[in-house]
Amino acid sequence: MSFLLTSLDRKLLRDLWRIKGQGIAIALVIACGIGLFIMANGMLSSLQETREAYYDRYRFADIFAPVKRAPDRVLAEIKTFPGVRAVEGRISAGVLIDAPGTTEPITGQAVSLPRIGRPVLNDIFLRKGRMLDPTREDEILLSEPFAKAHGFEPGDTISATMNGSKRKFEIVGLALSPEFTYAIAPGALVPDPFRYGILWLGKDALAAAFDLDGAFNEVLISRSYNANESDIIASLDRLLERYGATGAFLRADQISDKFLESELNQLATMATVLPSIFLAVSAFLLNVVVARIVDAEREQIGLLKAFGYSNPAILFHYLKMVLAITLLGIFVGSGVGMWLGRWMALLYQEFYKFPFLIFSLGLDTLAFAFTIAVTVAVLGTLTAVRRAAVLSPAEAMRPPAPAKYRQASVMPLWFSERIDQPTRMILRRIARHPVRALLTSVGLAFATAILITARFNWDSVLYMMDVNFNVAERQDLTVTFVEPESDKAIFELRRMDGVLYVEPFRSVPVRLRNGHIERRQSLTGLVERPLLSRAVNADLASLQIPRNGLLLSKALADLIQAEVGDVLQVDVLEDRKPRLNLTVAGVAETFIGTSAYLEIGALNRSLKEGPRVSGAFLMIDPAKQDAIYERLKDMPSVSGVGIVAAAQRSFNETMDQGIGTFIAIISTFAALIAVGVVYNSARIALAERSRELASLRVLGFTKNEASYILLGEIALLTFLALPIGCGFGYLLAWFLAASFTTELYQIPLVIELASYGYSCAVVAGASLVSGILVDREIGKLDLVVALKTRE
Amino acid sequence: MHAFKTIGLTKVYGEGEAAVHALRGVDLEIPEGELVVLLGASGSGKSTLLNILGGLDHPSDGQVFFRDQEITTFDDKALTAYRRDHVGFVFQLYNLMPSLTAHENVDLVTEISRDPMLAEEALEMVGLGDRMDHFPAQLSGGEQQRVAIARAIAKRPTVLFCDEPTGALDSKTGIVVLQALQDINRTLNTTIIVITHAMATAALADRVIMFGDGRIKDVRLNEKKLAADQIEW
Repeated sequence: MSFLLTSLDRKLLRDLWRIKGQGIAIALVIACGIGLFIMANGMLSSLQETREAYYDRYRFADIFAPVKRAPDRVLAEIKTFPGVRAVEGRISAGVLIDAPGTTEPITGQAVSLPRIGRPVLNDIFLRKGRMLDPTREDEILLSEPFAKAHGFEPGDTISATMNGSKRKFEIVGLALSPEFTYAIAPGALVPDPFRYGILWLGKDALAAAFDLDGAFNEVLISRSYNANESDIIASLDRLLERYGATGAFLRADQISDKFLESELNQLATMATVLPSIFLAVSAFLLNVVVARIVDAEREQIGLLKAFGYSNPAILFHYLKMVLAITLLGIFVGSGVGMWLGRWMALLYQEFYKFPFLIFSLGLDTLAFAFTIAVTVAVLGTLTAVRRAAVLSPAEAMRPPAPAKYRQASVMPLWFSERIDQPTRMILRRIARHPVRALLTSVGLAFATAILITARFNWDSVLYMMDVNFNVAERQDLTVTFVEPESDKAIFELRRMDGVLYVEPFRSVPVRLRNGHIERRQSLTGLVERPLLSRAVNADLASLQIPRNGLLLSKALADLIQAEVGDVLQVDVLEDRKPRLNLTVAGVAETFIGTSAYLEIGALNRSLKEGPRVSGAFLMIDPAKQDAIYERLKDMPSVSGVGIVAAAQRSFNETMDQGIGTFIAIISTFAALIAVGVVYNSARIALAERSRELASLRVLGFTKNEASYILLGEIALLTFLALPIGCGFGYLLAWFLAASFTTELYQIPLVIELASYGYSCAVVAGASLVSGILVDREIGKLDLVVALKTRE
Repeated sequence: MHAFKTIGLTKVYGEGEAAVHALRGVDLEIPEGELVVLLGASGSGKSTLLNILGGLDHPSDGQVFFRDQEITTFDDKALTAYRRDHVGFVFQLYNLMPSLTAHENVDLVTEISRDPMLAEEALEMVGLGDRMDHFPAQLSGGEQQRVAIARAIAKRPTVLFCDEPTGALDSKTGIVVLQALQDINRTLNTTIIVITHAMATAALADRVIMFGDGRIKDVRLNEKKLAADQIEW
């Protein structure tokens, strides 16, 4: 044997060149599966590592305990709790920001910084400018995304209403903080940097504004590595009870981390489930295609055996061929996947406001993708080569005996008499090779299904939003008060010029207990028959709010395993802290978050309070909105104003940026897979039938008639594949909906008719393009050669 | 010494009503170094016999001896070794690898042989020394068949099987191919078994075996062999 290329290797190289179109199409399918897998995993692990590093470097607290007002000396006592490593007492309060250039009242959060040095916990990342001057009380740091959205720079001034009085501040720096990574305003759906800003002030300034001299209203705690969290929380609750504590909670319940965690989990599901489906589909296709390529070479395999090549030698030869294609796919897929993953991670870094990004892609991810692709390719080759190799060489070299076509078994006579000869050939061929036809159809069906799955993500979110904004939350504004107000506040709102309708709500923090299952939850009191903010059932019909029982959202009912009729123990965490026992009276369909409702009068009575409200939903005359905004900003009792239309807009923008890009990439990959499958099927069909088609041409069939027999079959198989694909797509979407559903979002299984249409059109289009490409080849068939050689 | 000996060789394709008896008990002896021609109508069983002798197919019943080894008892590995070391094939449709040049097609065999001749040498023997780097598609039918012969003899096989080697060729090219076979038989002392429809080819043979209906009808020894260019096509 020579040390240079053997003849067999040379055959390999030339064969690869000959089937380059097909090879590239297969490599493309692999690249899509691998690329998506690596992109998703790279993006995800980067975000996770970045979050870890960010939390770590800026000392994000483990436990949070809000109180009404506690003297600073309490901190020393907390420090002595076992397992507590560091304690930070601070002031954190809602403010209304008055930004020039917009009439909208903007919800803000003011957070105190220690007089000297950096905070022990929840440190900030100073992006621009400088830290506060401890001798001045009118300096603030502003959250960078908010500043960017409004064009604020260090040196600018800004005014904010704090505890009812308006004050002016100078911005000296722009900052980010791990606790506002997912900077979401209370009650909002997505972060909206324009409508939610964070202000960091010196502790003295903030204490003066909120009458908290020598006191704090929030404790942050970091625990030592092996500390018992629930012990710390229990001790905290005991100690802080007399200071108006509403209950300490873990980082996992901190709003930014909770959303971030939920988003990352959703991404993780998407990053696992979707690419796995892609990888599985490409594996399936690869297997089918490789098997058929090897099948087409059965005569050459017979010949090699006749010369005395052993089965392992032949197997190895074809393995090399398949591995070459597979490796190309892996190589391209990994490259594209890493590039896209990094790009997506940067996109999300921007969205999540991480100050830096650690791009990480585990070697194990690469190794896993590599192993899957190679294993599948090898298995496909192995089975096909084995099939050819078990034949005796004499048999392998004979063209396969004409298949046994029969009359009646395949189709009824009355039918076959009514169709022309070429159509009969198509139908008989499909009937003769049902498995092969099935595999082609299944491949196409998979391509259709993943397109549908990609579209489903959009459809379900749009449906969610449609229900949320047009059926459930129909108010224009949500106004929240600093402290619960008497119902006079409602009358005051009603009297405002341009306010068309007002609906009050009361909201209290509670701990729900169903047997051993416990959950912190906000209990909302609504009017009995709300017109603006409503609870709906699965048919989107409005539900009455019960007077003597709880209406739970389905997600909440599932979480605490409660059913209608169960009695829940409800510990109110505010003021008198009464313990109530309430029956579950109904379950509502909500897609976002968890909620529990009780009629507002009944809620107030059980709190032993008069008619009090936490806020109100408003319907307003759009022509008078600016005047209303001005009035609201001047009301000392108002701590926040949510603008629903703005929320919807910012949600749509968020969708377009983040998940929209992800879905666009998936759709592209799905379309590429569709093209890869169809093109391969068509090419193989051509290779398998070139002699037959050439014979027909010799017999006097026109080129179009010959094309019809080949392309008609592909068209028919595509046509059969589409409904199957729609079915698969529905099942996959169902699976995804189930796995994407989290505590914060319940994904409805909604696929628009247009999505089915779009997916079918893409696959049909891919079929058409492949058909045209192959049709050109039919025109090039050399009749004499095709009849002579048995390639 | 005989190259081949068969006892009661039978081959049945298919089962039941559809069964086809390709060979119905063939007893045969072929001495080493002879050029043997198998004649017979199509479907008479010639190709089946050739495939079994060459280790490409298994008989349904009976025994085949190559020299004194019974190849009908060989497993797949032993058959592969037998084909690799002793047997060369030439097929009616040439069966060249379309993606390899003439030279490389021959190399395909020399690379796995124990004592091959050079590919150039083999191609010279069939008169194709100047067309070595052409691809099959660039060669005429006769040239392709001669490449196939060169490929078959390059490993210096003990036996060479040719299934209708001139079947796809015109008479002039056919004669060139037969001449090549005759040369090889003479110079390398290779036992050659040729299947053919062309009665004229029989004039070249040492021994002519007539086949019909899966049986040997007649075996005739040729007293005066003709040279290839002397036969009438």
